[in-house]
Amino acid sequence: MKNPEEIFEILKAKFNEVIIELISDKPTESFITVAPLEIDKVCLYLRDKEGLNFKSLMNLSGVDDANGEKIKDENDNEIIQGGTLSVFYHLESIDLKHKVTLKVSTDRENPEVASVEEIWRAADWHEREAYDMFGIKFLNHHNLIRILMPYDWEGGYPLRKDYQNPEFYKGMKVPY
Amino acid sequence: MGLLDKQFTDDNIIITKVEDLLNWARLSSLWQMGFGLACCAIEMMATSASHYDFDRFGVIPRPSPRQSDVIIISGTVTFKMAIRIKRLYEQMPDHKYVISMGSCSNCGGPYWEHGYHVLKGVDRVIPVDVYVPGCPPRPEALLEGLLKLQEKIRNETLVSKTA
Repeated sequence: MKNPEEIFEILKAKFNEVIIELISDKPTESFITVAPLEIDKVCLYLRDKEGLNFKSLMNLSGVDDANGEKIKDENDNEIIQGGTLSVFYHLESIDLKHKVTLKVSTDRENPEVASVEEIWRAADWHEREAYDMFGIKFLNHHNLIRILMPYDWEGGYPLRKDYQNPEFYKGMKVPY
Repeated sequence: MGLLDKQFTDDNIIITKVEDLLNWARLSSLWQMGFGLACCAIEMMATSASHYDFDRFGVIPRPSPRQSDVIIISGTVTFKMAIRIKRLYEQMPDHKYVISMGSCSNCGGPYWEHGYHVLKGVDRVIPVDVYVPGCPPRPEALLEGLLKLQEKIRNETLVSKTA
């Protein structure tokens, strides 16, 4: 059983600059920030390394940090330009009874994160959901299509903070 | 006016209008499409079960829209589902009736403002005969809705479908 500080030291020694920092001053459990395009290598190491054994991905979720610049578009709607979107990974080792949380942040205008779907099959639908709701592209995912919204939905990504509902979908009025 | 009012004291003869006979036949065996969407479907199933016994009104769930007379929209209608509901409705033979059950299918319910995925009322895709309010409505409310529908069908004429 290892606490997040120990796991951070192990990862830092192995991956160096890919592991950005350990954040533990938040009221939530502490988490480790990782470079978005290297997260798959880190996750594979976490799963297979003796003494870490993170065999289980408990959850993978997208977050809109909404930390960009808020500007008005031509229809006077507030949109967010720049900033980041994030993905959180909650890992658990059932054998060793320890947990760790990873976070990656990626550019909002072109959000790209390495897929961990090959490492935990549970990530398949979770990544599709994060793609569906936030538009985060998971590189090397074998089937990155919408999972909840209609496949031909063109109204954008609904859980982004600046999301605007389209007026119509297939002739059906969307607003109340 | 009830169908059996004009019965002779002699057995086996009834005088009635064709309209009344057809309406009586129609309203007494409203076959329901076996179709549920959300928590309202649980109440609908409870209504079909022995305690509330939908069958006593001639309501039998059918596995195919082609054998159904009434579709009960029991739950949240998402855009994805709305397309399919419309197709199912079109596959039902005339005369066909729609009961909108619960707040979600009446008007979007709790999803009315921020539900990016919810159609704000099933009446935006298919015509509704009876709206049953509630979230979800109790089985008694659904039975009341069915009785209202039967009332509507009883007043139909051959020239115009009112329900």
